Amino acid sequence: MATSIFAAVPRAPPVAVFKLTADFREDGDSRKVNLGVGAYRTDEGQPWVLPVVKKVEQIIANDNSLNHEYLPILGLPEFRANASRIALGDDSPAIKEKRIGGIQSLGGTGALRIGAEFLRRWYNGNNNTATPVYISAPSWENHKSVFMDAGFKDIRTYQYWNAAKRGLDLQGLLNDLENAPEFSIFILHACAHNPTGTDPTPEQWKQIAAVMKRRCLFPFFDSAYQGFASGSLDKDAWAVRYFVSEGFELFCAQSFSKNFGLYNERVGNLTVVGKDADNVQRVLSQMEKIVRTTWSNPPSQGARIVATTLSSPELFDEWYGNVKTMADRVLLMRSELRSRLEALGTPGTWNHITEQIGMFSFTGLNPKQVEYMIKEKHIYLMASGRINMCGLTTKNLDYVAKSINEAVTKIQ
Amino acid sequence: SSWWSHVEMGPPDPILGVTEAYKRDTNSKKMNLGVGAYRDDNGKPYVLNCVRKAEAMIASKKMDKEYLPIGGLADFTRASAELALGENSEAFKSGRYVTVQGISGTGSLRIGANFLQRFFKASRDVYLPKPSWGNHTPIFRDAGMQLQAYRYYDPKTCSLDFSGAMDDISKIPEKSIILLHACAHNPTGVDPRQEQWKELAAMVKKRNLLVYFDMAYQGFASGDINRDAWAVRYFIDQGINIVLSQSFAKNMGLYGERAGAFTVICSDAEEAKRVESQLKILIRPMYSNPPVNGARIASMILNTPDLRKEWLTEVKGMADRIIGMRTQLVSNLKKEGSSHNWQHITDQIGMFCFTGLKPEQVERLIKEFSVYMTKDGRISVAGVTSGNVGYLAHAIHQVTK
Repeated sequence: MATSIFAAVPRAPPVAVFKLTADFREDGDSRKVNLGVGAYRTDEGQPWVLPVVKKVEQIIANDNSLNHEYLPILGLPEFRANASRIALGDDSPAIKEKRIGGIQSLGGTGALRIGAEFLRRWYNGNNNTATPVYISAPSWENHKSVFMDAGFKDIRTYQYWNAAKRGLDLQGLLNDLENAPEFSIFILHACAHNPTGTDPTPEQWKQIAAVMKRRCLFPFFDSAYQGFASGSLDKDAWAVRYFVSEGFELFCAQSFSKNFGLYNERVGNLTVVGKDADNVQRVLSQMEKIVRTTWSNPPSQGARIVATTLSSPELFDEWYGNVKTMADRVLLMRSELRSRLEALGTPGTWNHITEQIGMFSFTGLNPKQVEYMIKEKHIYLMASGRINMCGLTTKNLDYVAKSINEAVTKIQ
Repeated sequence: SSWWSHVEMGPPDPILGVTEAYKRDTNSKKMNLGVGAYRDDNGKPYVLNCVRKAEAMIASKKMDKEYLPIGGLADFTRASAELALGENSEAFKSGRYVTVQGISGTGSLRIGANFLQRFFKASRDVYLPKPSWGNHTPIFRDAGMQLQAYRYYDPKTCSLDFSGAMDDISKIPEKSIILLHACAHNPTGVDPRQEQWKELAAMVKKRNLLVYFDMAYQGFASGDINRDAWAVRYFIDQGINIVLSQSFAKNMGLYGERAGAFTVICSDAEEAKRVESQLKILIRPMYSNPPVNGARIASMILNTPDLRKEWLTEVKGMADRIIGMRTQLVSNLKKEGSSHNWQHITDQIGMFCFTGLKPEQVERLIKEFSVYMTKDGRISVAGVTSGNVGYLAHAIHQVTK
């Protein structure tokens, strides 16, 4: 037989965050701690299936009227409507005016991808692959790949994280907005910025929105932590709702992986807000074409769980309580870590640990210090210095704090 | 003004349109023969017993909901490969393959299409049989490939245009991609016989074509999973390193759970690892990792001997009911006094049947008899029951006599 057609296919590097977990698993040291991948853990360091989810799965299992038939291409209607309502608010004028639509997607990633594919085909002309796409520096590393694979050729970064002051570089951000070509697409983290945990304040969001409106820039929100960040759905959706109230047309990619703990069921929703119902209808009809060639129709299990929960007042309240449990534990770990670091006299300032929000914290550790943490202390975190607060427990807080103290003291 | 003022309304999906019109119809005798999903003899969706059992077993294990690996549930992908290739397959035993979990058949086809677009530099051309599943063309197009066709269905005989197919395939430029339906061709129900498959394999080998098998009906076509996978296994045995997409939507009734798989047969296990790493790079920016539920159910069934046995019986049951309806339709047409040759109805296999009805006849069936099908004369035999087959035969006879 002739040489294989795949003889020249190179070995791709593993996705860093999953490699970290793989290395963690192989580590035999009993002190090891995994502060890498972004999934919630209990204080026992275990995954947590939300009690409301268990309850609803039982309801679904006992419902003999249900079967495994195909969902519509755009997804389960009760899921789409409820999911968009969660993002935009019960009293959203956009919902009242029927100028919104939802596309059930495979997690937040799937929602981003469908949105990106649509924008490449229909935004700023037809099939305009040259429209600049701006992603925060830093951002979730998959954002760039999503837009590249959707066909965009000009992917840029906007200034976001100021490493020196360990906070938002607002001026840099505003400058980049001012200088971006008209109609550029901006990927905005709705709350709990990944990986920095640093969000603009409402006042800062207002400034951002003002520039974006004036310069005709397109807001594409990534909302992966609504409720999970502060414990309040409304607070975590403030930015998205503000932009809607300012008359923007926008996309919002929602994930229910974290706030429902439904990671492997792939539950997401792309919310579209348009000027009027007619525009939204046409947009949805074209979204269908894109979905049909990507996955045909979305998986039903996760959407059923979320729809059932959100449409029942009792189950909704129970879910809200579960979400608050997770958010509160993360907040507790933040304050406990900070107080230990300060008590140890760890060089530097550590207020950012409690000022940042959500699952992640940009500790400020440099790559050498991170290497020390992994190799010497068996504490696994990303080379960027990002830690997942959920990996902290009352049992390992002391060890982690001491180790950070060591790393920062010994390594420059 | 809106960003979307220039966005056109997308054309309505022809198949969905059939179901919409059916739903609006108030005729009590109405029949929906557009649906591409199995129905039992009462016209109801059928949840397999082995699926219910698997679901109960899964629930009792109280598993977590952590992300699956990008390539999917390993127990599922391994079992899918074994199901398609056969447990005695050299390719399977040697590990010179990679199988990743896909979003049912569509998602698996799309991953494969994107993979070929990125790494199969020899050609952009994908040759589809004429006709093929309507979604094949836009899937490959959206992945950046070009579509060509080879003759397949002969409308004069309602069967395979074998000489036309062989003639066209003999002229396909070397190193092009050819897509073949492994069994139960959609939409025609026309499959090559084993002797014809052998000739097709020799021809694609001669032309040095990359073979892409779409297998959405393994077990569902003949009732025998090995028989339905015969072509796939024969090609691999002939040294043709195929790529393959599988769906568990029909044969396990897992439609909305989106269980599927994409497989690449490689030269060796090392190459398989390289290919796998690149498939993951394609999947991650599409949806990160696949949904667990359908894969867990399918895996539980395939890997639990009792459940697997039960599944094989149930899938044979579905296939047998379809075959039975084909037979009854033909005998009812004879009883009606039709003088046409309806043999193709029983010669064809799988969920769909290309009746040979013309658009005007289809329109009459819809308007006068409330029998709904697509304009190309395709019927889903799954929509036929012992309760309505007589009415269907009567209606068809009325519009064709």
